[in-house]
Amino acid sequence: MRDVAIVSFASAPNRRTDLRNEVEILMPVVQEAVARSGIARPFDFTCSGSSDFLQGTPFAFVIALDAAGAWPPIAESHVEMDGAWALYEAWVKIQAGQAETALVYAFGKSSPGDLPEVLATQLDPYLVAPLWPDSVSLAALQARAWLEKTGNSERDLAAIAVRSRRDAKANPNATLSGDFEIAKLLAEPYVAAPLRAHDCSPSCDGAVAVVLAAGDRARGVCKRPAWIRGIDHRIEPHALGMRDLTVSSSTRIAGEKAGVGNGAVDLAELHAPFTHQEAILREALGLGAGVAVNPSGGALTANPMMAAGLARIGEAASRIWDGSARRAIAHATSGPCLQQNLVCVLEGE
Amino acid sequence: MSEIVSEEGGILTAPHVLEYPYRRSVGPVLGRFFTELRAGRIVGLRTQQGRVLAPPQEYDPETGAATGSDFVEIGPGGVVTTWSWVVRPRAKQPLDRPFAWALVKLDGADTAMLHAVDAGDLSRMRTGMRVRPRWRAERVGHIHDIECFEPEPQATADNGLGGERQRAGAAGDGGQRARGERQRAGELAMAEEAQKPVTNIKTPMRLEYRYSAGIATSRFLHGIAQGKILGQRCPSCSKVYVPPRGSCPRCAVATEEEVELSDKGTITTYAIVRVPSESIDVPLPFASVHVLLDGADLPMFSVVQECPLDQIRMGMRVQAVWVPREQLGPTLQSIRYFKPIDEPDVPAEKLQETV
Amino acid sequence: MARLCAVAGIGQTQYSARRDDVSIAGLLREAATRALEDAGMDWPDIEAVVVGKAPDMFEGVMMPELYLADALGCSGKPMLRVHTAGSVGGSTAIVAASLVQAGIHERVLTVSFEKQSESNAMWALTVKTPLQASVVAGAGGYFAPLVRAYMNRSGAPDDTGIRVALKDRRNALKNPYAHLRDPNMSFDTIASSPMLWDPIRLHEACPSSDGACALVLTSERSVRKTKYAPAWIHATSMRSEPTQFAGQEKVNPQSGRDCAKDVYKKAGISDPRKQIDMAEIYVPFSWFEPMWMENLGFAPVGEGWKMTYEGATALDGDMPVNCSGGVLSSNPIGASGMIRFAEAAMQVRGQAGEHQVDGARIALGHAYGGGSQFFSMWIVGSAKP
Repeated sequence: MRDVAIVSFASAPNRRTDLRNEVEILMPVVQEAVARSGIARPFDFTCSGSSDFLQGTPFAFVIALDAAGAWPPIAESHVEMDGAWALYEAWVKIQAGQAETALVYAFGKSSPGDLPEVLATQLDPYLVAPLWPDSVSLAALQARAWLEKTGNSERDLAAIAVRSRRDAKANPNATLSGDFEIAKLLAEPYVAAPLRAHDCSPSCDGAVAVVLAAGDRARGVCKRPAWIRGIDHRIEPHALGMRDLTVSSSTRIAGEKAGVGNGAVDLAELHAPFTHQEAILREALGLGAGVAVNPSGGALTANPMMAAGLARIGEAASRIWDGSARRAIAHATSGPCLQQNLVCVLEGE
Repeated sequence: MSEIVSEEGGILTAPHVLEYPYRRSVGPVLGRFFTELRAGRIVGLRTQQGRVLAPPQEYDPETGAATGSDFVEIGPGGVVTTWSWVVRPRAKQPLDRPFAWALVKLDGADTAMLHAVDAGDLSRMRTGMRVRPRWRAERVGHIHDIECFEPEPQATADNGLGGERQRAGAAGDGGQRARGERQRAGELAMAEEAQKPVTNIKTPMRLEYRYSAGIATSRFLHGIAQGKILGQRCPSCSKVYVPPRGSCPRCAVATEEEVELSDKGTITTYAIVRVPSESIDVPLPFASVHVLLDGADLPMFSVVQECPLDQIRMGMRVQAVWVPREQLGPTLQSIRYFKPIDEPDVPAEKLQETV
Repeated sequence: MARLCAVAGIGQTQYSARRDDVSIAGLLREAATRALEDAGMDWPDIEAVVVGKAPDMFEGVMMPELYLADALGCSGKPMLRVHTAGSVGGSTAIVAASLVQAGIHERVLTVSFEKQSESNAMWALTVKTPLQASVVAGAGGYFAPLVRAYMNRSGAPDDTGIRVALKDRRNALKNPYAHLRDPNMSFDTIASSPMLWDPIRLHEACPSSDGACALVLTSERSVRKTKYAPAWIHATSMRSEPTQFAGQEKVNPQSGRDCAKDVYKKAGISDPRKQIDMAEIYVPFSWFEPMWMENLGFAPVGEGWKMTYEGATALDGDMPVNCSGGVLSSNPIGASGMIRFAEAAMQVRGQAGEHQVDGARIALGHAYGGGSQFFSMWIVGSAKP
């Protein structure tokens, strides 16, 4: 396997509602990531992630191409998935020797629609989607199953929210942050029992960009590249009633294949849009109590749909660059109740 | 104008509805499931390994193999394996009062299916409770044929005997009701046997959005509302874009410098459209044109009217026809169309660069 | 660095206006099982799956790979879903190939599809966005002015498009999978068909089809002994340019020219017209054949139409184009690009049955999308590169 590293990362402010259009939001983010990378255009490969259903208009990625710099023509592709999978595609391209550098970006505006309802269109179109179960209600099903199986409490979930919001104070791109009291949070009403507002992520309008470079190219532009030592992704059966919702088997498999267990983990950025999912993912990856989870505040404090997974990878890489971590895990998820998961192991040299 | 709903800090937003009456062919496996639902029965599908999947799946997630056709009647009642409580139901959801979503493992099935449970109150929900379907009186072969599930009258947590009692039709209010229901369902079933199997279902979709035009388009439309056409010049290549997008795609930089343009221009190319399109409200046939406004470097799409179709040509000079001044608004519909004007054609060589 | 990648299995569905007999999963499954059988493999042999399709609005299912995971035997496996507009079928094949070329997987299944009868193709392509200009009447309305510009520049005879359509529709009679197979199609029926977006007539335009196409791509060592030897991927390339910018050449797009040059260079082809035995290219409106002949470097600029006129692009010509009937005969939008790539591979395997080009050893698969801005291409051969 070739050495491939993440050499830069940039994010939009993650406002709950950003009235700028997609190109206006994305362009400064791409420009910042490119500038920080120290690599001049053109990139050997460009790949993006987005979803048309967020705004209800087809070809969102085509419009966004204006922000990427596609002239003269570039080698470019797109996945209708979170940008973490666009990063995977770019990593594969470099592994195949077909690129040395890659620009990866993702974006999404959730504010135009009712995101939990929009996400119901991801479900089996014959048996489930016609009932319109929103994503929060389904996550709550999983939460209840997990609470009942593990004997953990809603208080334990609130503690995850409190910790995330506190950590997010240091993140200028967090949608929400601050000091909160567990008791006060637990006094709030349920949104979908057993989940309350603090157990869910604040969806926002956002964009993320990351630059990858291979071997010496990365060493040439970055003092301490965040090397991708392993990356893998897996998917599980679609129907919620077909799998054990209290564990994330695809995360466990992806983590094993990516080599999470090959060394000590300093921190993990886990894409958990719901508090209980952080606990499930932590267990699936075998992360002990000593591992800091989501020092950025995670998706619980900023959830730019379609970019939040890529953001986890960027945030983990940032902590390699600033020396606060030597070995970090980043994770991304897609689909209802953690159906599909990607795990990435990053190391500083 | 009806299209625009609101404005925040100068940025225009308008409603956008994504709506379609999707009609889906279901294939033989789901077709059988829906046909049975129409008859008031629920069937699962037994895999080669002996596992009963409910609802039936066409392909076994564990082996990838096609699941065949070993259908087996299951339920109608079952056990809640997990649930959540919806505090504020959405309009499209099965019930308009707070309800539970639940995974229900029907009697005889090895997997659980998702549906709504009308328990009345959060306090009535328990993992392990027994529920049974509430059938719609008129069924068509759709997941909605089950309006929702409801607690069985004698439902207690993990009461393993409950199910047996019901199937045996033993004494008790729940048993009698279930018997009566099965009988009614049976009668209906006989009538339905004469009907054709379900092959299609309707699954209409309607999603509402509030679409934001963004900064550049909003500025442009504000200009239109004043009868002006404002383009933007790229600071890098100096080309003028209209309608402006706030960026130059060629140079990948933001554009800010505004340039007021004439509403006169040249047709660079065109097509005569004879087939209706949902997005255009002009009588057929019409000329769809690329118009390069004087001062702009990129043509914009529009239509030409007040000109016999056989006279439309590349290089023809045209001018915008606006709505009356008092009807001007921040929408491109303020420009009704372009019409020919009495100026010499622009020669072909000059058009080559800007198709 | 890049390992060899074989096209070991190919499967297509029957294309038609509405596949009323299957669910979406069933449609993909039909193509996938044929590809697996062709490769001498079964579901457990596949290590990863790459799915491709056009906008989700066609079927009204957001991110359908999630629902399709079970139908494609993906439990516990990696799954990707590519979307690059009309070129997606081609891009999807290229992404799948890169997994093998990078040495990450031995055997990859890739499927591209569209079940567009669930809605309406023209509606899905041009969902009206508020506050934006909306005066483009569907794909035909977008491309017709470009066709007119080509006619103007090249001086091509008016009936060039009719000749292309006749050729493709006649070729479709030799392809049992094709959607449109009308033995009565003639020059006159095409010429007298209604003008939709002048200068494009009804029978010069593609149909709207349901369908899927699947490929099994493998490493060299994973190839099994089956009826047909595999096709070998010699080169792949993708190029994109912005939708619209000042001074942009739209009739003969730079991204298409660059993509072609790149794929020829990688395949060691210096004279494409001579060295390539046939091409399956994305022609949704018949006039795109002469335009792409020039864009691909098979003819000088302004002379692509001569290839049609001279019969060069006919099944027995020196550069047969779209022997399968092409997009003009079957167009499940998400799949069409992969069908081109698949048909090219079938040709060099000797697998194309009645529409086989004798002795085809090197073939080009081509797909494009968007406002003529996304291109994906591959060169496949009977022998290893």
